[in-house]
Amino acid sequence: MELIFGLVTGALFGALLQRAEVIRYDRQLGALLLVDMTIVKFMLTTILVGMVGVYALVDLGLAKLSLKPLILGGTVLGGLTFGAGWALLGYCPGTAGAALGEGRTDALAGMAGMLAGAALYAEAYPTMKATVLTWGDFGKLTLPQLLGLNHWPVIAVMVVGGVLLLRWLEKKGL
Amino acid sequence: MNAQTPSRTWNPYVAGALAGLLLVLSVWITGKYFGASTTYVRAAGFAESVLDAARVAAMPYFMKEKPVIDWQWMFVLGIVLGSFAAAALSRTFRLQAVPDRFAARFGPSVGRRFVVAFVGGAVAMFGARLADGCPSGHGLSGSLQLAASGFVALTCFFVGGLVVARLLYGSTQQGR
Repeated sequence: MELIFGLVTGALFGALLQRAEVIRYDRQLGALLLVDMTIVKFMLTTILVGMVGVYALVDLGLAKLSLKPLILGGTVLGGLTFGAGWALLGYCPGTAGAALGEGRTDALAGMAGMLAGAALYAEAYPTMKATVLTWGDFGKLTLPQLLGLNHWPVIAVMVVGGVLLLRWLEKKGL
Repeated sequence: MNAQTPSRTWNPYVAGALAGLLLVLSVWITGKYFGASTTYVRAAGFAESVLDAARVAAMPYFMKEKPVIDWQWMFVLGIVLGSFAAAALSRTFRLQAVPDRFAARFGPSVGRRFVVAFVGGAVAMFGARLADGCPSGHGLSGSLQLAASGFVALTCFFVGGLVVARLLYGSTQQGR
């Protein structure tokens, strides 16, 4: 049953990504070259809606958070490495599948590369675990915990900040 | 609407908000947050198992992320199928090997594009696994939970991407 939910959720998400055109190489590179912010608009809206909805569910006892730990060595070095590869490929792991779905065959080469990268990381994991993944381990930490605040004021600031950023992007015509 | 003309692109705010609602529903019903990159690890584990199952079974990373088909695996498969269905229904499906922007800068060579895409994919996935997530797992799911790791990762994704995109295309590249 869980597998069917996964398939249906993915299909709906894939359809939304395709209809908003956020899966195209030209759009992803457009964002990284700061000339086309379509993917930023999509992502930021998803984040803000999800933030309010998920925290409402958590407060009602209907859902649990699922946090990844902040390990500065891994998150920063891995994040920068990911960004470099993303600029070369022009798709990310989720959008590559959607790009393939709408006929972009170069996404297939990218996905093959991602399988190779995953295999390579599996080889490197014991070394990484003993080195990079021990640097700056803060555990599972949220922004409200870090600030010593309730989550709703933080969410309110995020929503207002996000909307102001989006309005500024629209004004700039990006 | 004419049967031959492609449907209009959806507004990114509308589609993004619907994706947000979809994510909230998913968390409510199945407790699952969106993510994609772990699936490539599981798929790589499958592929390597064909060659040497005993070796894969003994590798710590494949013990952590076992080669099994789980919710996220089906989610990633669903993305491909959902995008295909949406492209077909809206008549926007188009076979293309070299994206326009890439061709304008580096020429129409399919081989060149595929090599760059393969290398980029390998580098991106190595980084995503080191960071423990990609723009779905860290960028969307992490930051919407206000996770410190999500914001740090998302920032680093964009910084790395901005620098390399600038190196590839130069600072004079304009237009879309």
